[in-house]
Amino acid sequence: MTVLDSKIPEGSIAEKWENHKFSSKLVNPNNKRRFEIIVVGTGLAGASAAASLSELGYRVKAFTFHDSPRRAHSIAAQGGINGAKNYTNDGDSVHRLFYDTVKGGDYRSREANVHRLAEVSVNIIDQAAAQGVPFAREYGGLLDNRSFGGAQVSRTFYARGQTGQQLLLGAYQALAKQVAAGGVELHTRTELLDVVLKDGRACGIVTRDLISGEVVSHSGHAVVLATGGYGNVYYLSTNAMACNVTAAWRAHRKGAFFANPCYTQIHPTCIPASDEFQSKLTLMSESLRNDGRIWVPDAFDDGRAPNEIPESERDYYLERKYPAFGNLVPRDVASRNAKTVVDQGKGVGALKNGVYLDFAAVIERDGEDVVRAKYGNLFDMYANIAGENPYQVPMRIYPAIHYTMGGVWVDYNLMTTIPGCYSIGEANFSDHGANRLGASALMQGLADGYFVLPYTIGDDLAGRLGESVVPTDDPVFVEAEAAVANQVDQFMSIGGTRSVDWFHRELGKLVWDYIGMERTKEGLEKALSEIPALEEEFWKDLRIPGSAATLNSNLEKAGRVADFFELAKLMARDALDREESCGGHFRAEHQTEEGEAQRDDENFAHVAAWEWNGTDSVQTRHEEELVFENVALTQRSYK
Amino acid sequence: MSKELNLTLQVWRQNGPDETGHFETYRAERISEDMSFLEMLDIINEQLVENGEVPIEFDHDCREGICGTCSLMINGQAHGHAKATTTCQLHMRKFQDGDTIVVEPFRARAFPVVRDLVVDRSSFDRIIEAGGYISVNTGAASDANLTPVPKEAADTSFDAAACIGCGACVAACPNSAAQLFTSAKLAHLNLIPQGQPQRFERTESMVETMESFFGSCTNHGECHEACPKEISLDFIAFMNRDYVKAKVKNRKLAGQT
Repeated sequence: MTVLDSKIPEGSIAEKWENHKFSSKLVNPNNKRRFEIIVVGTGLAGASAAASLSELGYRVKAFTFHDSPRRAHSIAAQGGINGAKNYTNDGDSVHRLFYDTVKGGDYRSREANVHRLAEVSVNIIDQAAAQGVPFAREYGGLLDNRSFGGAQVSRTFYARGQTGQQLLLGAYQALAKQVAAGGVELHTRTELLDVVLKDGRACGIVTRDLISGEVVSHSGHAVVLATGGYGNVYYLSTNAMACNVTAAWRAHRKGAFFANPCYTQIHPTCIPASDEFQSKLTLMSESLRNDGRIWVPDAFDDGRAPNEIPESERDYYLERKYPAFGNLVPRDVASRNAKTVVDQGKGVGALKNGVYLDFAAVIERDGEDVVRAKYGNLFDMYANIAGENPYQVPMRIYPAIHYTMGGVWVDYNLMTTIPGCYSIGEANFSDHGANRLGASALMQGLADGYFVLPYTIGDDLAGRLGESVVPTDDPVFVEAEAAVANQVDQFMSIGGTRSVDWFHRELGKLVWDYIGMERTKEGLEKALSEIPALEEEFWKDLRIPGSAATLNSNLEKAGRVADFFELAKLMARDALDREESCGGHFRAEHQTEEGEAQRDDENFAHVAAWEWNGTDSVQTRHEEELVFENVALTQRSYK
Repeated sequence: MSKELNLTLQVWRQNGPDETGHFETYRAERISEDMSFLEMLDIINEQLVENGEVPIEFDHDCREGICGTCSLMINGQAHGHAKATTTCQLHMRKFQDGDTIVVEPFRARAFPVVRDLVVDRSSFDRIIEAGGYISVNTGAASDANLTPVPKEAADTSFDAAACIGCGACVAACPNSAAQLFTSAKLAHLNLIPQGQPQRFERTESMVETMESFFGSCTNHGECHEACPKEISLDFIAFMNRDYVKAKVKNRKLAGQT
């Protein structure tokens, strides 16, 4: 019997959310001001939640470690946001978006959550358009749509290649309105370092002021974590430099189960690292694969320039292995094949860490002008970063981590296993299963913040009318503050020889090699011995210069990297126990004859949620069975 | 192998807002021309940590030119000399072997130095809070296609909305004026139908909040030259027109006089 209660409402799939909204308890409009809600993170999920809760009348405290809410990494999303509007009259519907998302997630998500996501997707488009988000429009002034991977309809709304930026600015402006109205107390350059519980319920957080170093407690009736994904555990990823798992992880250490940490997503078309000191990877739109041909030299360690290698000595490996889909195989298949050829020693570029994406054929066929009209901005971006002209020399690309489907386990109300503590957006595990479809991250972040949490949080708060918040001089806060201050002192006093970036880079290499695109039992076992060894060194040999009472970014990073070490071990364990391949989790032992992911629905159609047992013990694995009543489970094929 | 550069850096170091700052000289040896400017600073910082010295603090996050967090005056130019480029996207191949590079924080009274190269740009948030939004509570929106927006208006509105809020416009301006930033947000919202109900109230409030923090515009145009997103000066003219109109329209009983 599982300890997890997902609280999925009764009724048919299309009625569940409606039924749930009706049966949820409500807080009277005049009573909402008697509740204080803490929202951590101000990306799409956090900003939209903080603004919406404040509009309802709740008193909200919002926290971000950035200098402004507008800096959150949601801003970097390029492609678009899905909405089941069916404006294109091509047969889209809520049910179809639901179906595509469950299938795209390789049947490892909760049907009820995904259906709700598809239902509210249409409201998000309305809300954003009303806020003035400049979505692309047709000449008649109505909204334009485009198609995206994993769907056969055009349901993606977009704002040039900056959809995330414009949606975030919409949510940020809604938040700014509430800050000005006094409904939201905004704390910038403030980082969560602990979640505090009293009698088993979340009662507040402990933060550190990143400028003064001051450790302060904040209390509230509920705590909402909207702190994004953990892709930076790989060091090199498409995430921003400061993205981290700290808020989610510290909640995990206080009792929030962490679900499916091994589900991570790789993007196949990123610009490969140019040297050891590369700090992050830049993603380029996957649309390039429509016209580019991917190849590597036949010969190992071929030192010749690409244009000097004759056709007969090139291996267009995707076209060779997948004649039907060719260069357009799904993300994970393209990524794994790139890794295979690079591992064989056929990689290209100075560091032999990429494959060619060659536009010579299309330029010869259609001319440079046509290619420029289609991909001009991407070619410019590549030329600026790589210093090579992609009209003359093939691009070099390699896969990189850019999204994490795993995260804090939440029930249908988005509440974690800590009562009173919620998690929304990429920080939670819900909705995407083992693989996220394109244009669905923005949708989920805003769905949670605008249209789900504002309803579900009331159900829990309604019964707590009259309860006052726990004062911040209560022993639970005093102890938590002392623990945070103690950890800061510990980092400052190690006095070792190596920088925090050095440890992060080394950890990233291990995680990428063993828990990256392709996992094996042997590799994961190695990860479980090598990561703790490096972690031990971290706690002995770390050097943080400067003071803890000023802005000190090395000190900030130390806390984040310490949490990444613990997370990396859990990722390895989760990947080891999941004896199947599904979505972003590919176990080499479990593949079809064609090299596709082989699911094991009989034994693994469940969520793995891990319970913290203390620093010195291994977490306990709990299972939440996934029931598929509306979507039939099938095997993907791209031959 | 890519080319390597040997450089001399003069970097502004300052312990806090009220402390006196000074330039410190650092050698940057064997810097790959494929590195970004910030990765070069990462290397200097690694060396400082290795020597037990305090690393240089600078603002940065996405490193792909969209979040607006990175800043820096590089040889006296906001985000350096490359056009339409943020510091994080400025690559070392734009410099010559043997160069001396002066690195300072954005300088403006409204952007006090926090530490070293980090400045406080929260005055920009105050301008947005003064009216840089359309008041539509969650759930109150009607179907998106009930409000058609002429494509030209939508496109121009987008050109303005592309502002990343980095503050280069203020840093480049001899008067430390924030006209380009403020007008970009005003044009984004004032050009489209959704923004009309609050158009003049928004304009008056944002402009006056801006003036409480920043200097005045004297039409140098340095802001546009420095802007990594090439926001047009036309938006400043648009803002000025709307401000004059607002001064008339926002007067109570204006319709009766």
